[in-house]
Amino acid sequence: MNSGPAVPNDLPNDLPPEIETVVLGDTEIARALTRIAHEIVERNKGAHELVLLGIPTRGVPLAVRLAERLATIEPGLVPADVVGELDVTMYRDDLYKHPTRTIGATRLPAGGIDGKVVVLVDDVLYSGRTIRAALDAISDLGRPRAVQLAALVDRGHRELPIRPDFVGKNLPTSQSERVRVRLAEVDDATDSVVIEQGVDR
Amino acid sequence: MSADTTPATAAGTYVLRGARPLGGEPVDLVLDGGVIAQVVAVGTADVDGAVVVDAQGLVALPGLVDLHTHLREPGREDAETISSGTRAAAAGGFTAVHAMANTTPVADTAGVVEQVWRIGRDAGWVDVHPVGAVSVGLDGTQLAELGAMADSAARVRVFSDDGKCVADPILMRRALEYVKAFDGVVAQHAQEPRLTEGAQMNEGVVSAELGLPGWPAVAEEAIIARDVLLAEHVGSRLHVCHLSTAGSVEIVRWAKGRGIDVTAEVTPHHLILTDDLARQYDPVFKVNPPLRTARDVEAVREGLADGTIDIVATDHAPHTREDKDCEWAAAAFGMTGLETALSIVQQTMVDTGRMTWADVARVLSAAPARIGRIDTGERAHGRPLEVGEPANVTLVDPAARRVVDGAVQVTSSTNTPFQGYELPGRVVATFLRGTATVLDGAPVEKE
Amino acid sequence: MRHLLSTQDLARTDAIRILDTAAQMSATQSREIKKLPTLRGRTVVNLFFEDSTRTRISFETAAKRLSADVINFSAKGSSVSKGESLKDTALTLQAMGADAVVIRHQASGAPYTLATSGWVEAAVVNAGDGMHQHPTQALLDAYTLRRHLSGTALSAPGASGPDDVAALGADLAGRRVAVVGDVLHSRVARSNVHLLHTLGAEVTLVAPPTLLPVGVEAWPCRVAYHLDETLRDWSPDAVMMLRVQRERMSGAGTGGGAFFPNPLEYTRKYGLDARRLRLLAEHAVVLHPGPMNRGLEISAEAADSPRAVIVEQVANGVAVRMAVLYLLLAGDTSGDRTDPAPTTERVRVP
Repeated sequence: MNSGPAVPNDLPNDLPPEIETVVLGDTEIARALTRIAHEIVERNKGAHELVLLGIPTRGVPLAVRLAERLATIEPGLVPADVVGELDVTMYRDDLYKHPTRTIGATRLPAGGIDGKVVVLVDDVLYSGRTIRAALDAISDLGRPRAVQLAALVDRGHRELPIRPDFVGKNLPTSQSERVRVRLAEVDDATDSVVIEQGVDR
Repeated sequence: MSADTTPATAAGTYVLRGARPLGGEPVDLVLDGGVIAQVVAVGTADVDGAVVVDAQGLVALPGLVDLHTHLREPGREDAETISSGTRAAAAGGFTAVHAMANTTPVADTAGVVEQVWRIGRDAGWVDVHPVGAVSVGLDGTQLAELGAMADSAARVRVFSDDGKCVADPILMRRALEYVKAFDGVVAQHAQEPRLTEGAQMNEGVVSAELGLPGWPAVAEEAIIARDVLLAEHVGSRLHVCHLSTAGSVEIVRWAKGRGIDVTAEVTPHHLILTDDLARQYDPVFKVNPPLRTARDVEAVREGLADGTIDIVATDHAPHTREDKDCEWAAAAFGMTGLETALSIVQQTMVDTGRMTWADVARVLSAAPARIGRIDTGERAHGRPLEVGEPANVTLVDPAARRVVDGAVQVTSSTNTPFQGYELPGRVVATFLRGTATVLDGAPVEKE
Repeated sequence: MRHLLSTQDLARTDAIRILDTAAQMSATQSREIKKLPTLRGRTVVNLFFEDSTRTRISFETAAKRLSADVINFSAKGSSVSKGESLKDTALTLQAMGADAVVIRHQASGAPYTLATSGWVEAAVVNAGDGMHQHPTQALLDAYTLRRHLSGTALSAPGASGPDDVAALGADLAGRRVAVVGDVLHSRVARSNVHLLHTLGAEVTLVAPPTLLPVGVEAWPCRVAYHLDETLRDWSPDAVMMLRVQRERMSGAGTGGGAFFPNPLEYTRKYGLDARRLRLLAEHAVVLHPGPMNRGLEISAEAADSPRAVIVEQVANGVAVRMAVLYLLLAGDTSGDRTDPAPTTERVRVP
């Protein structure tokens, strides 16, 4: 096999390389996160009793960044006390359709999630199935007062009745396109959101 | 004995045109009246009224003799019958087989050996020479009626508890002594029973890894060492069945050097297969004695080439599918061999340059016939391919190659260890006293 | 991974993946709700030809925690007595739609036969076969060792707790493990020698010569006959005691018996007691696969000491078995299933 995208696709090798369109740069991403942080505070009338759970991989650094912004808005808030990560692998409904996935860590803030407002944080909202799995995972971990959803990008094509509470950018896409988020913490690259042009399958 | 002189079917006249006796220069061999009538230059034989077999490029061997065959009848006719087993023997180029005694009932009386002998004669594929049990019921405690079996119509000369060892040294001594009265021989299955309790495969690196109870080489060698010394002491002849270890070769070599009257056999599978095959846990490779190491394989090849080992005997051991279609420990010991023996000897000994076809005739015909004392008289085997000798002839095409498939073999059982192997050599025709039992590579069915 | 038959088949990356997955599984087992929906709709059959309540319960718990349907099939004594053959049992399980078969069998190689025979399509997990292998036991031992011999657990003086953060992704490079007792009859020893070697650990087998197999010299480990010397001079990081069956000493056992004169002499030379415990380094731990013969291979002081991680091994067993079932059953296995068994090719001597 020759080198190609990390995620295998069905494209023949002789097609021209995929065309990338940058839709968000690092400053736009930073601005969007700041806005989401303000919206979270506004919606919940403060950051009291709030927990941010990032969904691996890229939801986790996004949750951390949001927590840092909350701390600047709400003095006294310690980011590490409100951020956790929630691995949803074992709750997915599509495990049998993919090669075996590696299970990530689930780590809750020391205060747990019972009675808290949990904000799920993910990079791209698409079919909604990951969020469905996350809701199941949360219900096995405790009983939050409310669960809200923040996504950096909403690209549509929902397959379940799930909607985000906080969105960085709505991005109309076709299903043949791929949305890729790169974050400095995990991708060793400048922050960006790009659309890769695919071919209709 | 009138029965002895009645052939199963009348012998025809055959001209084997261009055959190479023992791989030598081509000649025409004429078989007539049950004997070899002429050996003449190619194209000069009188073919009037004869069936001409184009034997160009084929090696002519004296009909092969197996000193160690399990025909399973009576008792396990679901695995093999005397009829199916002897038919397989003919297909493999044999004209005589020694049928081992571990049947149900055990061949430990004149009645059982005569029955086996008669059924074999009636089937007519090869001469069946029953082997008599040494001890009653193979129990290892009381001598069977060796004299009665020797005096029976079957004229038993080879005695063996094969499958079990005559472990009791006193019983072994008595048997060795007793058979001297009728020039018999005890064929020992050398396996010290206490050293092999529950044993499943050769004891060594592979058994240690696989966690299968080991079968040490010393369990075979200790018995052979004891028995050659016993044979020397009482002045008897001894035959060692299916010798399988380098140490056994050494002991027999030493005994022969000392003048002890010992003969030894090796099986085709011990000439080629090793205990590594157990790694697949496929019970088709489970056999007694077990497959040994590559070093042992080399030692038995060397022993066969230098004459320390006298003969190749198949230890053809057919088993039903259910006895092999299971986990290793639950499976039966044994593998079939009649239809692959000659090919394995060719591959391991002839094609490697270690033996000639004359040597093959010695180890697969003359020597086993002599050990079994069936090498004299009208129904003799293992004789030279000369005018006036019984027309027991096997034609083999050494240039042919074939892929072994247990499902289409003549034997009733499918437990060949060579499934899927491409082997050299193919038996084209077999003649038993002038009667073709195999022609064009296929058994000649009776009317 | 298609089956788990032997630790000899496991590459280092496979082994570490199982241990890392087990660590995540383990984390879920301290929750109030321990059950995960992961293997919903999958059927796991525990096929036990040999009694082993401990192993069966561990696998059953693991499968149930992952929401698989569990069928316990006790087919004790089937092959030797006139019961149903392994083949017919396998065909029955296939007809019932088993996705995984966890098999315990008294015959070495039975799981291998099951996996390669074509009788079942299910993933086969070896839960102990004869004297051959018990791979999940070795994996749980390695998992336990890794927790206790990584990071702070290794360096801190005294009985510090395990270091799960340092353990993640780690192997056992340079760690020394003494495996003591009846190696000859032990599938636990065979599985551990290969896995520990793969993970970079050094292993010394300590046993009377009668309880070491001929051919052990080919194993990737050292062999010693004296426990005191090994503990004193080699300084193992862990001591793994093997169960000794009392009937081994009599002359009537399989394989000839008479492996040692009597239990007292065995205990004197190979038993782990308080005195030998004191020869161990401060961080060293004691393992035993259970069930223990207290007073024979291990004294009560040793078994109950803070160094003993024997009870923890049991808990880790569930996590490791969850990981194995997850890795065998949770992914898309349709590609695997059509692969011919890679080992059916015959070996031949030229």
